[in-house]
Amino acid sequence: MTQAEGTFNRLANPTRFMGLASTILPWLTCLTALLLLTGLYLAFFVAPEDYQQGHTVKIMFIHVPFAWLAMMGYSVITIASIGSLIWRHPMADVAAKTAAPIGACFTLLALVTGSLWGKPMWGTYWVWDARLTSVLLLFFLYLGLMALWQAIEEPSRAGRAAAILAIVGSVNIPIIKFSVDWWNTLHQPASVAKLDGPSIHSSILTPLLIMAAAFTCLFFVMHLMAMRTEVLRRRVQALQLTHVDAAGVTQGARA
Amino acid sequence: MKAFTSLVARDLRLAWREGGAISTALGFYLVVVAILPLGLGPDLNLLARIAPGILWVALLLAALLSVDRIFHNDHEDGTLEIIALGPLPLELVAAAKATAHWISIGIPLTLAAPILALLLNLPANAFWVLVLTMATGTPAISFLGALGAALTLGLGRGGLLLALLILPLYAPVLIFGVAAMNAVITGPSPFLSSYLILCAITLATIVLAPIASAAALRLNLN
Amino acid sequence: MSVFPDLGDHAGFIWMAYGVSALVLAGLIGWIRIDARRQMTLLDDLEARGIRRRSSRAKSKGASKAR
Repeated sequence: MTQAEGTFNRLANPTRFMGLASTILPWLTCLTALLLLTGLYLAFFVAPEDYQQGHTVKIMFIHVPFAWLAMMGYSVITIASIGSLIWRHPMADVAAKTAAPIGACFTLLALVTGSLWGKPMWGTYWVWDARLTSVLLLFFLYLGLMALWQAIEEPSRAGRAAAILAIVGSVNIPIIKFSVDWWNTLHQPASVAKLDGPSIHSSILTPLLIMAAAFTCLFFVMHLMAMRTEVLRRRVQALQLTHVDAAGVTQGARA
Repeated sequence: MKAFTSLVARDLRLAWREGGAISTALGFYLVVVAILPLGLGPDLNLLARIAPGILWVALLLAALLSVDRIFHNDHEDGTLEIIALGPLPLELVAAAKATAHWISIGIPLTLAAPILALLLNLPANAFWVLVLTMATGTPAISFLGALGAALTLGLGRGGLLLALLILPLYAPVLIFGVAAMNAVITGPSPFLSSYLILCAITLATIVLAPIASAAALRLNLN
Repeated sequence: MSVFPDLGDHAGFIWMAYGVSALVLAGLIGWIRIDARRQMTLLDDLEARGIRRRSSRAKSKGASKAR
């Protein structure tokens, strides 16, 4: 009986989550679309061109939010990992697992848009600039997490192994950032053009903030959707397992 | 403490008797360092300039080769579970095995580095820094490697996965190891600041990595 | 006047940045949706074969305990 109650409890929270997600998702999706359209309109038709960077400043409106979401994605994973290690909460596992590919995509986009911005500004697609390099290493951390999830079949074990790795990674991120900064100042005393100008004018800051809000909402829309799918996937797997068990039992009874 | 030292001694004896891991790592180190000039060209000035980087990167790769064996054999034959039941906390078990790896692989690689440095025309005044920084950095490599080995224990293609998980974490060790050497060779940045940060990274790794390794080992033992 | 040439010269980079972003994000959303659809059909399939979760089975029997 207690075991049955235990399984019920484990299912109950995901069930409540499914309900909550279904209520929130439509609203959040609408909000995302609204913010994104506003942000794009402001970015393309209202924001002036930068006195230094011309129209390429438009890339900043997506590049900066992507870079910010790359870091936020890893923070979400870290917090979820702490939750899954300490409280063994199944939803924390689900949250950590599904945030990884989304965060990795945003990190990749931050790198790609950064290099597309770098070509007209610096003359090359890639510079071993401190920020770019540490974002690249962050991307590798994401890849490692996803690979570990893939490699371990049993979801609860994979979840805890990935949680350990995620926390180790988050302890390491400041050290990596610090060492890359150090390395960069050693090798490039004449630093590349600084992107943060004197001060950002509000006509550029407003669209930037709106775009950042839009992509943050988009992150959570995708995260909620992916989490819902992951809960379904685990239900399907559990049902397939019990089905196999039941079939085995009936066959055993017949024999 | 006695249990700790005896575990280290046991692992060293096993490594000595098998012997394969040390010679493979050393051979790999030699081949990687020797093959890079074939790609880069025989210009000794260029080689001398990039020698610290080559020696360090090759050392990381050579150490990675052997790192996934740290827990593998003991896991296969069940010894690890018996050790886990013993008096030694799992954190110290992980630390002991990483220490044994450092002594059996890290130190030989460090001692081989000056010989390989001759091939790359490393400036004479840099040899002592080479040995010093590598002796300081290799414990961090072994302890982080043990963490990776614990996480990927019992997985089929553990070796490749291990490299993907651990190499980004090696970045700080690599950066400060090479920075300390370049400080002596070319200047102008002070040697001591880079070297002390490398020491700090190694010490922090020795303290923290076994905790994470033990958590990962518990996953595999249950 | 700006120091750098205007949109005319760098338009390609700007459109490429936005285009790649749209493509990658659309791909990600598409992948998430396809995955969701697949799990739904699997679940429906299992339910059609009479395999369902304990809670939904209890509900169908009319026991309100499961909620």
